[in-house]
Amino acid sequence: MINYSVDNDGVATISWDMPDRSMNVLNNDSIPAFADAVKKASEDEAVKGVIITSSKPDFIAGADLEMLQGWSGAQEIFDNGMELQMMFRSIEKSGKPFVAAINGTALGGGFEICLACHHRIAADNPKAKIGLPEVKVGLLPGGGGTQRLPRLIGIQAALPLLLEGKHLSPEKALKLGAIDAVVPAAQLQSAAKAWIMDAKPEAAIQPWDKKGFRIPGGAPMSPTGMMTFTVGNAMLREKTAGNYPAAVNIMSCVYEGCCVDIDNGLKIETRYFVNTCNSPEAKNMIRSLFFGIGNANKLASRPKDIPTQKFNKVGVLGAGMMGAGIAYVTAMAGIDVVLIDQDQAAADRGKAYSEALLAKAIKRKKMSEEKAAAILRRITPTTNYDLLVGTELVIEAVFENREIKADVTKRAEAVISDDAIFASNTSTLPISGLAEASSRIGNFIGLHFFSPVDKMPLVEIICGAETSVETLARSMDFVKAIRKTPIVVNDSRGFYTSRVFGTYVSEGIAMLAEGVSPALIDNAGKMAGMPVGPLALADEVALDLIYKIRNQTKIDLGDKYIDAPSDGAVTKMVEDLGRVGKREDKGFYDYPKGEKKHLWPELGQHFKQLPENEQPALDEVIKRLIYIQSVETARCMEEKVVTSPEDADVGSILGWGFAPSRGGAISQIHTVGVENFVSDCDRMAQLYGARFTPPKMLRDMAKSGEKFYAA
Amino acid sequence: MTEAFIYDAVRTPRGKGRASGSLHEVTPINLAVTALQAIESRNDLDTSLVEDVVLGCVEPVGEQGAVIARVAALHAGYAETASGVQINRFCASGLEAVNMATAQVMSGQSDLVVGGGVESMSRVPMGSSGGAWSADPQVAHNTYFAPQGIGADMICTKWGYSRDDVDAYAVESQKRAKNSWDKGYFKNSVIPVKDMNGLTILDHDEHMRPETTMQSLGALDPAFLVQGEQYGFDAVIKQKYPEVEALNHVHHAGNSSGIVDGAAAVLIGNKEIGARINVKPRARVRSFGSIGSEPSIMLTGPSYAAEKALKKAGMTAADIDLWELNEAFAGVVLRFMDVMSVDHSEINVNGGAIAMGHPLGATGAMILGTVLDELERRDQNTALITLCVGAGMGTATIIERV
Repeated sequence: MINYSVDNDGVATISWDMPDRSMNVLNNDSIPAFADAVKKASEDEAVKGVIITSSKPDFIAGADLEMLQGWSGAQEIFDNGMELQMMFRSIEKSGKPFVAAINGTALGGGFEICLACHHRIAADNPKAKIGLPEVKVGLLPGGGGTQRLPRLIGIQAALPLLLEGKHLSPEKALKLGAIDAVVPAAQLQSAAKAWIMDAKPEAAIQPWDKKGFRIPGGAPMSPTGMMTFTVGNAMLREKTAGNYPAAVNIMSCVYEGCCVDIDNGLKIETRYFVNTCNSPEAKNMIRSLFFGIGNANKLASRPKDIPTQKFNKVGVLGAGMMGAGIAYVTAMAGIDVVLIDQDQAAADRGKAYSEALLAKAIKRKKMSEEKAAAILRRITPTTNYDLLVGTELVIEAVFENREIKADVTKRAEAVISDDAIFASNTSTLPISGLAEASSRIGNFIGLHFFSPVDKMPLVEIICGAETSVETLARSMDFVKAIRKTPIVVNDSRGFYTSRVFGTYVSEGIAMLAEGVSPALIDNAGKMAGMPVGPLALADEVALDLIYKIRNQTKIDLGDKYIDAPSDGAVTKMVEDLGRVGKREDKGFYDYPKGEKKHLWPELGQHFKQLPENEQPALDEVIKRLIYIQSVETARCMEEKVVTSPEDADVGSILGWGFAPSRGGAISQIHTVGVENFVSDCDRMAQLYGARFTPPKMLRDMAKSGEKFYAA
Repeated sequence: MTEAFIYDAVRTPRGKGRASGSLHEVTPINLAVTALQAIESRNDLDTSLVEDVVLGCVEPVGEQGAVIARVAALHAGYAETASGVQINRFCASGLEAVNMATAQVMSGQSDLVVGGGVESMSRVPMGSSGGAWSADPQVAHNTYFAPQGIGADMICTKWGYSRDDVDAYAVESQKRAKNSWDKGYFKNSVIPVKDMNGLTILDHDEHMRPETTMQSLGALDPAFLVQGEQYGFDAVIKQKYPEVEALNHVHHAGNSSGIVDGAAAVLIGNKEIGARINVKPRARVRSFGSIGSEPSIMLTGPSYAAEKALKKAGMTAADIDLWELNEAFAGVVLRFMDVMSVDHSEINVNGGAIAMGHPLGATGAMILGTVLDELERRDQNTALITLCVGAGMGTATIIERV
């Protein structure tokens, strides 16, 4: 676990090497073992100095979040947190020089150990990441990171690293002063030892433990400090709208902690750490962003006992925006792609999409020319279906038209082997219907990618009525191979993501029709934690597209169609006012050339607004926009469109940007409590319409006290 | 309750609040001393009768620190029995000091008190005293802190005052200030600042720009655009007022109060003391009060403060002859006139801080004196003095000639 040795010169080496793990982490096993080693070295008079390093390719990845989840209650978290702080503090107060020999990635608690050392030397490992990423899962660095980093490199330089959780390369970290030296990997240990051998007694004293220490660049109450915090606080609120207490708490740790000495600073940090750990936002983000996405990426829900499929050759039908993107991510994963379109020029254009992306990567020095060329060579643009021979998977991304889709299905199946998978990237047409064109219906599945494919991490896998378990498992293998995150859903109109996403937009438009101020609606959407307000989003999707899909759905469903609350307003915008959205520079917003978009000034004339004293409160608008998504998601679960809360949460965050701090559409219900959610929805159903009526499943859960998640 | 009377009110002229301003060479102590000595000499006052000196000061650090009121009184040669206290109600400090002096008299605990204020903005700049409000992350976050200028621009955005509206107001303020100086309306109360040799350093308000026109103002860039758009403050205040899509940044240096140096003092006492010092009371204080309101927009407090003072006095807005509202920003006054249904011809009739400047700690006491002079000149009776105050407060005082 923690190897300890002392050489003939009295240099002790504490080397992390946790068994059965690819990465070292701070947990209930490693922390005490490390503490023992630190104590041993500190107390041994023969030890002149200490090297802390790792025997694995990387240094330490951070704290084990499962350990944190095991802590509960303010006192327990505080005591455990302070114990860790005191242990780190004992390193810097030991009187012996400690040096961190950072051989690879050092994140979170791993980097905090480095900060507690008197000197930091990193290997020139280009893959190594150094930083404090806790904020990304709603936490704050609780091992002294918010105290030592600003004392080391100044408040202004430290805040962005703490607030954005940015990873640094060793080179960057050196430039910022977060580490002291970068040496060739082979010389890391000798450089660390050399530093100890040369160390003068004051080298074993941290700058902040020396008399007359001043925070570089000024303390919080200095004129620069005041300005940094005054502006920093505003910019933080602009970014987070109060949805991320971890970020504000990090600011407070730096502000309050840097007004006092390090020992009091560490205590302050621990108090905020406790507060942050216990926040629903941290619980939500750890659950969904860390474990939820992590488990999905590991294919935790993949059907067992089916051999893993390796993909060598994949066909993509249709070289438009989606097909071109799918070809790109597939080729990036080292898989050969046959990219087919009706004519060669269209197919070539599809490949050109990859060329452009790769050229950009080369320009930004993210990729070598050789590697980019190799990736491009994997994509074969053609009109010839015969080239599909030998593909393990064919994905069609042609027009959303049943006849065209049926045609390409038949043409592809005439060439591909019997066990190849045929997938449709449809976002609107039910899979089971499309599968009727297939002669191998068990191998037919939906793989719903999001646009732009190269950026959007989610793939919604849709099982048709006849899709086999093998096909599902192998499709999941493909999604993993292209480094995307899969969720599995069952066939239904709009599947899961498009269906629920639509409620957000629709609710926003419904409020406009009711007379709610449009600025209030879109500001509320953003303040709720959604990336874009619903009206702006409708403009981006295009109102005429929403209108067309709605009309098609009406035809498909006939009597069963239930009017959406936004139907009237959408019709009015498209038919009467001719405002179809951003594409034509006129929708709910105007898009003046070269200027910021702004709400269409005449909107209030066409949708009569309530007087100011009758406008709803911000909280109620937010609730409507968020709860409508959660209640629709619960309906999807009741209808088994989506079967696990994890998939529902991950899909909502990655698929349409559901507020991450709320943990996803189901975590939102879990956070407020099923019973509270049900009673609020009942109230809202009375006020706004039956769409808020909670499904029976939720009522049953409220009654029985059943929960979506244990914690 | 004992009645409190105003026996005298003086102020220094206002110097431009920067190194090139005439009063930059003068210590804040000496500004305060100028006002306090004028109270003494004009009234041939036995300062042993002065029981307390209450001075407002918004940045009470450095030269303005350590209870400047007490030190200024001692240095002015007041009897050492006159205690001193420095108070801070941000921009209304000068009026609040008068109100606290009044309260001592009304409660019967003092017979004669000096209220007033001092601020050398050129020597102790705004922000010198720091504070938790904007900088402490939890505090800034919970209170939606945004600088006043952003609040002023939000007022104009929310209630629809255009750039032309605020600029027109500013032009009028300059015009009125110039007219009042030209006709000598201020000469009774403005005490020139002199050096130790008796040489005059400044005898007039030097911030005025009587040549101001709509056109000259039109050339000025909005002052709070960068704060708002680049430093995140527009977003902060919009989160408090989410019904607003985007801020209209209309305020600039020409339609906001000027940064200046100056001091003021007001002599307050009960009826009996007037006979003892042989000075005739000029007015009585009918009522006063301070309020708190929404801190992020910050500057809508005056109407609530005015309502409170009117209610305490058993009066209505119609009973007020003249109004004085500190011209912190033009939008503040425009909003106040609409809310209180006050005609422009009855408010800030001698111009205000847009033309003459706003020495934070002193302004409240200055404008009280100005409006009292004007009541006497017009032979009118009642005036309401009010100021918008940082963090959403407001302070008001109603006076009535006797």
